[in-house]
Amino acid sequence: MTPLTGYLIVAALIFAIGLAGALTRRNAIMVLIGIELMLNAANLNLIAFWRYSPHPELLTGMMFAIFSIAVAAAEAAVGLGLVISIYRHAKTADVEQMNRMKG
Amino acid sequence: MDFVFYLVSAFAVGGALAAVLLKNLVHAALALTIAFFGLALLFLRLDAQFAGFAQILVYVGAVAILVVFAILLTKGSEVPKEGVFSKSWFAGLAIAAGVFAVLAWAVLQAAPSLPNQTAVPAVTVNDIGNALMSRYVLPLEIIAVLLTAALLGAVIVAMHEKERAKQ
Repeated sequence: MTPLTGYLIVAALIFAIGLAGALTRRNAIMVLIGIELMLNAANLNLIAFWRYSPHPELLTGMMFAIFSIAVAAAEAAVGLGLVISIYRHAKTADVEQMNRMKG
Repeated sequence: MDFVFYLVSAFAVGGALAAVLLKNLVHAALALTIAFFGLALLFLRLDAQFAGFAQILVYVGAVAILVVFAILLTKGSEVPKEGVFSKSWFAGLAIAAGVFAVLAWAVLQAAPSLPNQTAVPAVTVNDIGNALMSRYVLPLEIIAVLLTAALLGAVIVAMHEKERAKQ
């Protein structure tokens, strides 16, 4: 097994764990934690492909990962703001009880 | 493939598993921090120093703190009586296992044709700064606008709805 294969398998494992967390947990904050884990697994793939590519000096994968980290930070801020807002409105953070489109 | 890689990978995967499985949300946030730290160590193992330290600054420093704040503001640290997993947990687990099986199969199938550059890339933080200010300057500006808009949006969404309550 080459080093790149090992990193890709680890990234796939973390992605699957994040997906399982986002799909099976009740609390909206835990769903966001699962999404963060999935984004991080994708970043690990980008960095691993950058490291073992024939032209790492072009910095393409590295830049993609850095911009992805910035977008993930914005996503976390907005997502947690939404969770706090809906908790104040519905008095619960359980996604199974958020089943109405209208207040 | 050496001992350090297996150790750091076990650190990251174990942290991620604990973050998803722990019942208490504060414990889950702590495990999430460990998973982020393990991923930062993997970035450093891949000779991506800038991305590794950006990961520590942004995820361990900011996102983990945001998650803890959200948990405390929503009283999420109490374990609910009806359990922490949803009614359709088995379907979610099956989908995740299927996704992992497909990804692992694809990686192992493509393994012989994957690039395998062993030389350490000679890229310094200086080069990254130059690239950000020349070739990638437009995405950098767009990210700046996006971050400003997202932070304003987060504040407005989480702000108290006093005016609406009066109507």
